[in-house]
Amino acid sequence: MSFGEWVSQSENVLFLLVSLVMLMASVWVVVTRNLVHAALMLALALAGSAGLFLMLGAEFVAWTVVLVYIGAVVVLFLFGLMITRAPLGRDPVPVSHSRSWPAALVAVAVFATITVATTSSFGWGEDTVIEEGISRTGALGDLLFNRFVIPFEAVSFLLLAALIGGIVLARKDPKE
Amino acid sequence: MIINQFLVLAALLFSVGIYGVLVRRNAVLVLLSIELMLMAVNINLVAFGSLLQDALRGGHIFALFVITVSAAEVGIGLAIVILVFRNRSSANVDELDLMKW
Repeated sequence: MSFGEWVSQSENVLFLLVSLVMLMASVWVVVTRNLVHAALMLALALAGSAGLFLMLGAEFVAWTVVLVYIGAVVVLFLFGLMITRAPLGRDPVPVSHSRSWPAALVAVAVFATITVATTSSFGWGEDTVIEEGISRTGALGDLLFNRFVIPFEAVSFLLLAALIGGIVLARKDPKE
Repeated sequence: MIINQFLVLAALLFSVGIYGVLVRRNAVLVLLSIELMLMAVNINLVAFGSLLQDALRGGHIFALFVITVSAAEVGIGLAIVILVFRNRSSANVDELDLMKW
């Protein structure tokens, strides 16, 4: 499939737009010196990924991303930044430029490795088309509470442990 | 839609996250970059799940598990960062060398 053919499908144009927004937002996250901007840009990138999940027909995963990531995780980051009287606005820790070139090299190498490894496993020049199909929330819930009930319980126990751990870590010691 | 476009996008986002983890010295920004990497993994999982469309919906279910685990990780990680900031009034990961031998 040539690029012109690919881009003539309207869903691919939508994919291109969403992925460009996601890329710009994620680059902004790693280069900005403003912590609040970084958290908000992360929310934008996550919203883009939720849009991609909707395009792929994974509606429950998409709305879970919106609820858990954008609704809880990013808000948690913002609360954490504001409650701790951490220096808002500009990040006081500078980016060391002696470190950024090796890091960029590592990032490019990782990108090349992952891309070659994953795309070549589907054959060079072959187009593995994703069929239209919606995974219904009801079917997903059925699976989650039948086939995957033990991992589900394990993960809920992990969340409980994280909850207790977070409280224990963040509260002030009454003896002090 | 073909599978390769999602794979390349996920690889790009993952490498951006790796760059952030390696370059940024603020612990909060390191956590944000880790979130970026987890998001890239989720894109791969959901794309494969929609490609295979197996009876168990493995890709979608595992994406849900990754989301849960990363929520737990952020909760604990942020609590640790807040604690460190309270004790040392700095969130620079380079200065946290107390346990370095």
